[in-house]
Amino acid sequence: MTDVVTSPAVDLQQLSGGELLPSRVPGETRVVVPLVTLPRACQVIVDGVGARLATMVAQDERAETGSFTLAYTFAIPDRRWMTIECQVPADSPAFPSVTPLVPAAHWYEREARDMFGLEPEGHPDLRRLVMHDDWPAGVFPLRKDFDPSIPVPRVEADPYRFHTLHGDGIVEIPVGPFHAGVIEPGHFRFAAVGEVVLALEPRLFYTHRGIEKLIEGKSLDHGLQIAERICGVCSLSHAVTYCQAAEQILGIEAPPRAAVIRSIGLELERLYNHVGDAGNMCAGVGFMVGVAHGARLKDELQRLNEQFTGNRFLRGLSAIGGVRRDLDVEFAAQMSLELARIAREFGELTAMILGSETTMERMRRTGILPGDLARALGVVGVGARASGIDLDTRRDHPYAAYRDGETARRRDGKTARRPDGQNLPPSPAVGRGAGGEGYSAVGRGAGGEGHSAGGGEGFPVPTREEGDVAARLLVRIDEVAVSFALIQALIAEMPAGPLIAGWTPPTTDAAAFSATESPRGENLHWLRVNAQGTIERYRVRSASFPNWPAVAAAAPGNMVPDFPLINKSFELCYACLDR
Amino acid sequence: MSTLHPLIPMLQSRQDEDASTLGQKFSDQVQRVLQRSMQIRHLDAGSCNGCDWEIQSLLCPAYDMQRLGLDIVASPRHADCLLVTGSVTRHLEIAAIRTWEAMPAPGIVIAVGACACGGGVLQGSYCTAGGVKNVLPVDISIPGCPPRPQALLHGLMLALDRIEQKLHHSNHEFRIGRSEA
Ligand code: SF4
Repeated sequence: MTDVVTSPAVDLQQLSGGELLPSRVPGETRVVVPLVTLPRACQVIVDGVGARLATMVAQDERAETGSFTLAYTFAIPDRRWMTIECQVPADSPAFPSVTPLVPAAHWYEREARDMFGLEPEGHPDLRRLVMHDDWPAGVFPLRKDFDPSIPVPRVEADPYRFHTLHGDGIVEIPVGPFHAGVIEPGHFRFAAVGEVVLALEPRLFYTHRGIEKLIEGKSLDHGLQIAERICGVCSLSHAVTYCQAAEQILGIEAPPRAAVIRSIGLELERLYNHVGDAGNMCAGVGFMVGVAHGARLKDELQRLNEQFTGNRFLRGLSAIGGVRRDLDVEFAAQMSLELARIAREFGELTAMILGSETTMERMRRTGILPGDLARALGVVGVGARASGIDLDTRRDHPYAAYRDGETARRRDGKTARRPDGQNLPPSPAVGRGAGGEGYSAVGRGAGGEGHSAGGGEGFPVPTREEGDVAARLLVRIDEVAVSFALIQALIAEMPAGPLIAGWTPPTTDAAAFSATESPRGENLHWLRVNAQGTIERYRVRSASFPNWPAVAAAAPGNMVPDFPLINKSFELCYACLDR
Repeated sequence: MSTLHPLIPMLQSRQDEDASTLGQKFSDQVQRVLQRSMQIRHLDAGSCNGCDWEIQSLLCPAYDMQRLGLDIVASPRHADCLLVTGSVTRHLEIAAIRTWEAMPAPGIVIAVGACACGGGVLQGSYCTAGGVKNVLPVDISIPGCPPRPQALLHGLMLALDRIEQKLHHSNHEFRIGRSEA
């Protein structure tokens, strides 16, 4: 750990000009700043050390301290976290908006306004975000004095004002909330001239279920049942993130065997998502053979999930303190064989997709997300890596079996094989075979050269520079190879020992947060329990939260019919976002 | 017509040799009751997307419900039944009711998953209706979190029975009731 920390914690503190508070998780520098200097403190952290805004947590602490608190947490490139807090007085609930200086804060602050009634002064966009038009003004569901058992009436209100463009030949195309296929609900408003999109504005949060409020007052175990159901296809990632945050609070750690089983599960989750997504992206261009094969392989992976955990979405695997299911030698061997076969068949599928020039031509230069824009929005996951941002929570904030010391895994990660049998690092592989000059197989990072930060220097993080749909497909394909190799390596060296650590409900007020790399990118859960051992505040920042604005930013300049393809290439989730 | 593949590959592996006959029978029943395929509209009323992905997997080659004469359609106006997932969030309630109203009679409503059947883990939230039955008249409930594709197929079989019942026994009454609603 010490060798990767380039500067001691005090530097960050000095930089921010804040007063040091006790940190909540290892590697966190936590400071409190006066309200007026909040935006400036956030800006120096972002500009000074290249930090990424990872979450913002608002809290109603009026009963204890007489004020609300805001906590902006940043991911620092050298594997640390930085939290900048401030107090917002109860009698004038307003704060200077960070958004003009740090654009990634835009949705967080709008959400705090909807849910807590905290006014971000100077925020360029003060429309509702989470709560829709017919939610009465002055009712803030995450305030402690809001009683969820009293039904909130619908009110007449001005309809949401979409940004409109005026001019000759500009047409507005409204789509949603319900779409033609089996998709989640969300509204998209296009401004187009002919076929070309000029602007796209998404209106989301239709599936807002009030999960953060619902979970308050529940026990930690009960909370897990809910956290695991924030999202279907990232169930395990959410469950593990929640469990890790709870374990941090309880001061326990999952035993080594449980850590390995969690990682195997998390990689299985990535596999069935990425494999299915590679197929689904073909639907965006009408390449139905690819769709069918992707869906078939996805279903086979989900059956494997079911054999392993009893649930096709890996639900019920993770528990606070460890895991509920073991992976016995016999089944592990069977799984290993099955995965090797699926890896081979996925190789055939990718060769088919990459070899279809008409498919690849539609994907290349479509839906480009420029790297600097992705950085400004704090984008995570595949969307970030395909735009040249080298980030992966597994390496940057390692957890479960991704921690240092897993030497065999690291070694095997280095020699990860592509599903088509080529070694991962060499360059002229699949992409070029597809006739895509400029798409040499793996961007940088596959061999992990020069990564000072953690997770084992060898942890392969495929990145690409193009930022288009094709790049997002190729990053997924490369990550699939890494996951297959990781699982095989983890199965090969399963440590013996218990599956779960014991714990008793907490008796003091404590908070912690944790992050995992879901198939869609970093999921971050912030959890606080009170002295009664029940949940006081829970904040979920899923990968889709920072990434949705990026989808809207990548659409202009493309044809309207290419939007489904662009959307699928990001493959974001509405349920995770809306909560 | 060529013989159908086994309805459910996993059932077959459990030596349920009736699976393919079951598929054939179901497919014949669809023909008899509707004289065409059964058209399904999916409606996500605030799910976690687990249920929706299972509905999506009915279209994959392993289950391939289209071979049985079942298909997902793009508009409620073309639909015989509505597969509703999620506990019906506040922000989707009105759109869900409008979708149902746009369906032709008899308009079967199927609640898919624990959330849709009774609120699931979201019981007590300020932002959900606590289940589809509190918003729309539910005909069939398919429990599970999420229900497996096999359970969904079973639910669709029940839905077909329900359509048959409604068409034969309460056709007139139902249509009047619907237009007054
Ligand atoms: S029943 Fe389960 S899988 Fe279905 S929407 Fe609810 S939580 Fe998700």
